[in-house]
Amino acid sequence: MENRTHIPIKKDYLVDNVLLNESVDLPADVEKMMRLLRREKVRHPAVFVGTASSGMISGAGDTLEEIRRYLDERNIRADVVETGSTGYSSMEPVVEVQMPGKTRVAFRSVTAGKVSFVLDGIFNSIITEEHVLGQHRDGSLEVWKDVPFIDELPFFLLQQRNLLRNWGRISPLSIEEYIATGGYRSYVKTIRSYTHEEVCDIVEKSGLQGRGGGGFLTGKKWKVAQSAVADQRYLLCNADESDPGGYANRAMIESDPHRLLEGVMIAAYAIGTSRAFIYIRNDYRTAIERLEYAISQAREFGLLGHNVYSSGFNIEITVRKGPGAFVCGEETAMISSLEGKRGMPRPKPPYPAVSGLFGKPTVVNNVETLSNIPAIFEKGPDWFMSMGNESARGTKILVLSGRIVNQGIIEVPLGTPVKEIIFGAGEGIPDKKSFKAVQIGGPSGGFLTAENIDTPYDFSSLAGEGVYTGSGGMVVLDEGCCIIDTVKYFMDFIQKESCGKCIPCREGTRRMLEVYENITRRPVDANGHTTLERFKGVMQLESLAGVISDTSLCGLGQKAPNPVTSSLRHFRSDYEEHIFDRQCSAGVCKELRLFQIDVDKCTGCTVCAPKCPESAIIGTRHHPFFIVEEKCTGCGICYDVCKFSAIFVK
Amino acid sequence: MDGKTNEILEKYPKGSRESLIPILQDIQEVYGYLSEQAVVEVGRYLDLPSGKIYGLATFYNQFRFKPLGQYHICLCHGTSCHVTGAEDVRKELEKKLRISPGETTRDGQFSLELTACMGACHLSPVIKINGNYHTRVKPGEVRDIIDACIEERED
Repeated sequence: MENRTHIPIKKDYLVDNVLLNESVDLPADVEKMMRLLRREKVRHPAVFVGTASSGMISGAGDTLEEIRRYLDERNIRADVVETGSTGYSSMEPVVEVQMPGKTRVAFRSVTAGKVSFVLDGIFNSIITEEHVLGQHRDGSLEVWKDVPFIDELPFFLLQQRNLLRNWGRISPLSIEEYIATGGYRSYVKTIRSYTHEEVCDIVEKSGLQGRGGGGFLTGKKWKVAQSAVADQRYLLCNADESDPGGYANRAMIESDPHRLLEGVMIAAYAIGTSRAFIYIRNDYRTAIERLEYAISQAREFGLLGHNVYSSGFNIEITVRKGPGAFVCGEETAMISSLEGKRGMPRPKPPYPAVSGLFGKPTVVNNVETLSNIPAIFEKGPDWFMSMGNESARGTKILVLSGRIVNQGIIEVPLGTPVKEIIFGAGEGIPDKKSFKAVQIGGPSGGFLTAENIDTPYDFSSLAGEGVYTGSGGMVVLDEGCCIIDTVKYFMDFIQKESCGKCIPCREGTRRMLEVYENITRRPVDANGHTTLERFKGVMQLESLAGVISDTSLCGLGQKAPNPVTSSLRHFRSDYEEHIFDRQCSAGVCKELRLFQIDVDKCTGCTVCAPKCPESAIIGTRHHPFFIVEEKCTGCGICYDVCKFSAIFVK
Repeated sequence: MDGKTNEILEKYPKGSRESLIPILQDIQEVYGYLSEQAVVEVGRYLDLPSGKIYGLATFYNQFRFKPLGQYHICLCHGTSCHVTGAEDVRKELEKKLRISPGETTRDGQFSLELTACMGACHLSPVIKINGNYHTRVKPGEVRDIIDACIEERED
């Protein structure tokens, strides 16, 4: 992994002139150097390619190779820089170009085949509308004509990018570039001039709440651990994520790993510990590589280790790979996992802040929470307080996915109405379909429908609607999605991921899944009795949900029935349709489908009849066949084998 | 005893329970799975009964006890992939390969795994075969993708 700075700059220069410089504004000559490092002022063109996981899957690897080949072939002197994601996933691979003296331009969907067209154009100062995304704003540089500004695009318009401000801008593999954006200055200032208590006070004053879903004041949590009497304390950063539909933490580490490290360092100082762990899911290979590389760079710069910059503060950060268990996102389960045990939660109190890892006071914070810390110290707690609404301060990172036009990761002030997020930043539903619901917060979350989509996105307002924010995932469902099927999917997930400690969660979620399997399965013999059974299942869902959430130990179990209760609240008619009419109007629940044969199309070829496992297809050769509805189980085999498209779903 | 297992074990302090997961991860990194022999070795080194180690390893999704296939197929099973039809893709894969997730074909050529969100929700459903991604996979394309792997192997 090599992607060091393009300009020869000594480590000592950065340390002496930037990190140890306590004035707010840097001297003019240093600032000029920083502009060069940030590539706002370039001597040669610079080409940036977003190579976070989402970009790589979209084909950024081939694009990168093609760009290098293009430049070599034509002997063009230009820097090629791997950056993180811009967040705008549906436009990936995103390539940006910085020409000397001009503003930086971003191009969308630049697959390998389009590289020469795009680069031919920009090197000759021609930008075609077809591929351009927009230009970045920079007062000191000349603007491109007829190119929209990137911050005016609907996807970016609503955003307030603080945590994401380096995304797609700088190389995640270069500590020098991070320092040039003001990085690590807050950390050095904090350990040299504040006491542990003062740091906790500032964070508490800012009103920063845990972003993992709990919503507890971070500064308060730190104070408890800081004031506990112990010979050792620990800081754990939860980067296990692994929410289906949530990949914000992974992208944060892949795009700007130093921001997280700086947050971890400040938090470690605040609680007075020298040992910090980052617990990251083993599957996140790129993120782990970049994080470990970032740690080695920070060590080289003397930001980690013994007596950092003569402040008397020692700090060591270790990356631990989570072997894959959803429940390990729960703090006590994560602690068990780090101790080398099965990741099972334990009762609270005692809270980890009092007795956690190896029985010592331990603070567990989420990636997003810790990434917020550097900016609070850079700009002050009042600045942080100014964002968001009364009940929640700051910004929140959200992942937009599902049936929505603009997919990707955005950062909006807390309190932004969900409707604005989906129809503003997300630009609504594709293919002229209508909005059905948005599923917020993964398996512990819930649904918002067209009726309550105006709810502001903050912890308490959403909780009022029975929705927990979780990891910030937002999966949009349109009329072609079946709510029952989605809930079934979540119950299947939860049921597999339940650690098995509490019986209500282990057995209850499995029973819930069975109820969903029953109502999406077509009874073979259609009599009144089965209908009653299916109805009874739903009656029990509600009381079962109550029992599971009341009697489970950890957040996973307590929130496990959320998709069920939330869907029962808003989509009763969907349940009734599945149970009484035995129909799925979205056509997703396959077994509820009724097949029929189009008499005009059927040639009587007899291909389908012998294939039917229920012998439900009858007829004679060369005459249209017929499906006996009572026998049909909706398996769809006949539908697949028919060469004349004569079989259709009723 | 295998030299590589020994090499891995020596990196960690003897008898420390908290090193168990990193040790198992390192072993799986090298061999692709946890063999019975390796588990026994680890138990001896950490002074833990093998039952305890199996108890831990079976709890987590990452650990495997059978070798991977030559082509390891990961199907993303995140929410976005689910609503865009990953379930149909899964059924098609199971039908074609005749294995369920977590299994390896008898000839050792293919193994199938359901993974958590891969972080490419805009391209869902996604499958990954030995590091190569196939995006927006339709159930109908599964056969061709697998056949391409078989052809590649025969070449």
